[in-house]
Amino acid sequence: MARITRGFTGHSRSGAGVGLPPGQYDTGTDWPVLTAEATPKLGTDAWTFTVEGMVDRPTTWTWTEIRALPGSTYEGPIHCVTTWSKFGMRFAGVSVDTLLDAAGPQGGATHVVAFAHTGYTTNLPLADLRDGKAWVTWEVDGQPLPTEHGGPARLLVPHLYFWKSAKWVAGLTLLDHDEPGFWERNGYHDRGDPWLEQRYQGD
Amino acid sequence: MPSPAVPTAWQAATVVAITDETSRAKTFRLRLERPVAHLAGQHYVVRLTAPDGYTASRSYSVASAPDASGEVDLTVERLAGGEVSGFLHDVAEVGDELEVRGPLGGWFVWDGSTPAVLVGGGSGVVPLMAMLRLARASGRPDLVRLVVSVRSPDDLLYAAELAGPEVTVVYTRRSPAGAPRPPGRLAAADLPARPAPGATAYVCGSAGFADAATDLLIASGWPATSIRVERFGPTASA
Repeated sequence: MARITRGFTGHSRSGAGVGLPPGQYDTGTDWPVLTAEATPKLGTDAWTFTVEGMVDRPTTWTWTEIRALPGSTYEGPIHCVTTWSKFGMRFAGVSVDTLLDAAGPQGGATHVVAFAHTGYTTNLPLADLRDGKAWVTWEVDGQPLPTEHGGPARLLVPHLYFWKSAKWVAGLTLLDHDEPGFWERNGYHDRGDPWLEQRYQGD
Repeated sequence: MPSPAVPTAWQAATVVAITDETSRAKTFRLRLERPVAHLAGQHYVVRLTAPDGYTASRSYSVASAPDASGEVDLTVERLAGGEVSGFLHDVAEVGDELEVRGPLGGWFVWDGSTPAVLVGGGSGVVPLMAMLRLARASGRPDLVRLVVSVRSPDDLLYAAELAGPEVTVVYTRRSPAGAPRPPGRLAAADLPARPAPGATAYVCGSAGFADAATDLLIASGWPATSIRVERFGPTASA
């Protein structure tokens, strides 16, 4: 139960709060960069995306191949666990459904580890990547995704905190159990639903 | 070794001292209702609650070394329009009670036992200060090398405490009178020539600073996997 802080009234709430999960603020036009590693120099010629693990047809796409798949877009907010949210984002790429359907998830697959070309990992329930909720994206607001934001391509799972949207994404490993990724081993939540404020383990 | 992954509940913390570090940064010493041992490099979340239930939370690094005092120092830089930093700078007083949660973060931490190169830009020095203080308090300042980059002497946090053979201050815009190094951006010559075996580099600062510093470290032979980075602040282009 939050206690009232003496003398704190907060910024104007006019129009704010709509679509803003608890404990988040609207960062406006800023898009903060948060990364735990060195930003890689990763060209599109070296970039690949693989779906492996509990699938019938492990599949790897090159940059050219993935760009030839049917496109899909997301327009809406993103929510970072460090308490900023950014509204009105426009991302373009491919639906993760398209990639999973090509690889054929096996019946027992329940969870996914997304891995990056840097070695970064993050875990998600498979259901959070299904039914139009997740993308591999390479374009934001009509421009190529900048390197510091995960370009050439990153995972995009906008209904979860943004550390789940792995930058420089290299693929997905489907598993029959949950396996903590990088931040999850370092104290962050295994699912990360911003509406439930699942920031840290135990939330 | 305490596990950094253990979740912690919100708790009350009383402001017991406020210290001006620079014109834009203050250190708030907080006495914790339920003290929890922290690791050098970890942070706390501070939550403010308005009478109507509205809350605002931000993360601030601990500047003090782990100790048994039951108190932690959080250094807070005032950000333009900063809802929480502005409140802390303008309204908070000694004796006030804040809500905090922590210590948090299990990656950008140093346990005090291995060689570490610490590279901080501006207020990015805060978590590195906890590491320097830990090294000095445990009699192992030889394990760390701290390089701090600031625009001018007016922007240097903990100025009186930094001096020592293990600390280098780089001024990018204006140097103190008589400084041998002309003002300029952080360069390879400002950093240790080679990584010591088993060393970890901790880089903290704005996204631009962090990228520049990691590029310099990688160019001088540091494996990317031995570099831990904590970035803050907005990008140059939105």
